[in-house]
Amino acid sequence: MHLTLEFGGGLDLLCQSVKIHQVDVAPKDENAKLTMRDLLAWVRSSLIKERPEMFMKGDTVRPGVLVLVNDCDWELCGGIDMELEEKDVVVFISTLHGG
Amino acid sequence: MEEGTASKRAAGRFCSICTQRKPALRRPKTLEQICRECFYAVFEEEIHNVIIKNHLFKAGERIAVGASGGKDSTVLAYVLSELNRRHGYGLDLFLLSVDEGITGYRDDSLETVKRNEIQYGLPLKIVSYMDLYGWTMDEIVKVIGLKNNCTFCGVFRRQALDRGAAFLKADKLVTGHNADDIAETVLLNILRGDIARLSRCAYIMTGEDGPIPRCKPFKYTYEKEIDKYAYFKKLDYFSTECIYSPNAYRGFAREFIKDLERIRPQAILDIIRSGENFRISTTTRMPEQGICERCGYISSQKLCKACVLLEGLNRGLPKLGISRIKAGNDGSGRPDEEPTRRGREVERPILESKPCGTLDF
Ligand SMILES: [Zn+2]
Ligand SMILES: [Zn+2]
Ligand SMILES: [Zn+2]
Repeated sequence: MHLTLEFGGGLDLLCQSVKIHQVDVAPKDENAKLTMRDLLAWVRSSLIKERPEMFMKGDTVRPGVLVLVNDCDWELCGGIDMELEEKDVVVFISTLHGG
Repeated sequence: MEEGTASKRAAGRFCSICTQRKPALRRPKTLEQICRECFYAVFEEEIHNVIIKNHLFKAGERIAVGASGGKDSTVLAYVLSELNRRHGYGLDLFLLSVDEGITGYRDDSLETVKRNEIQYGLPLKIVSYMDLYGWTMDEIVKVIGLKNNCTFCGVFRRQALDRGAAFLKADKLVTGHNADDIAETVLLNILRGDIARLSRCAYIMTGEDGPIPRCKPFKYTYEKEIDKYAYFKKLDYFSTECIYSPNAYRGFAREFIKDLERIRPQAILDIIRSGENFRISTTTRMPEQGICERCGYISSQKLCKACVLLEGLNRGLPKLGISRIKAGNDGSGRPDEEPTRRGREVERPILESKPCGTLDF
């Protein structure tokens, strides 16, 4: 599944200072849907190069990290259980990098 | 399953304000689901209401906006200039930035502020540590190391802002401290038992008796919403951590606030309210304000804090002034001399939230 991931508010520093990533992420098995939970696990293992604790806490994003899917707050779309679709744009912004 | 169909893209639901567009976010205070356009409107009007209700400004005033290039102060400068136009406040707005002299951090964020100057049409004044004190933060860190540098940064920045505001002949200085910052400061002051600062840190305006009153129009504005506003409006801001900030202590309180917010968004406002409501009578009096013998800045001692720190730096005794300032503040500093109750009050730096480098002053 092709997705656009954008990291802001300093989170880009965790992935080699690249803000926008065009990625292909496969669901765990062919028939399953890709959820935000799967995507976060994938980002953590494949994209984040340092200090993963700045991005995640447990199996979800750290409090203070905003997540928008196609410019809609993920809280409105099911949060971590939300199912992603082809060409979705997912934005992560840290609010913890200060003023 | 209900979740599965209802969740995706909030399909079928509409903004609870205009009932026409799809919602883009949920307001933490009211849990309403609203669209982007309605979000801009309520976000801005809420700040307008805070300004009016608290009589923050008078027509004709010159207002310096403490601008770090970070998201809070960038959103503040943008929203204030919008509201000033829309509601005819009659204010003269200026951007005021401090150049601490931190290579790779402040020089980059100042570029952001310079772009903001053009984007928002607000005149910019930059005051630098080098001009005011003869030292850059880079040079100070070389001498004192990373341990106490935020003491210097904090004391110097506070005074630099006052001097910049005086240069601009500003009537008031506004800063981008938001509800999360204030809740965090209330918590830290409770943890430290700093009764004197506890209710004061929650005031929307301070220093009304001093030369430049400071106020916080974002006192009730959630950081989360400031971030979304900055993102949706594509505002030009800078977000990298100060390379000298030792994050740990305040970071902990910050994370606690964010955890609370996740469980109960209202918690942030509740903490601010409890800060406001503390009225504990103590024998501690606030010291009388005089003037620093050396530089003329307001001070309750012969020399102001900045001059004491500077003297240490210039005499090659950079620890001078630090231990006394730290005494009773975080408990880790051992005082050179047992400060009097009054003395302690004088020397405590005002507890600001966020590591000083990333702080919106
Ligand atoms: Zn609407
Ligand atoms: Zn002085
Ligand atoms: Zn600092």
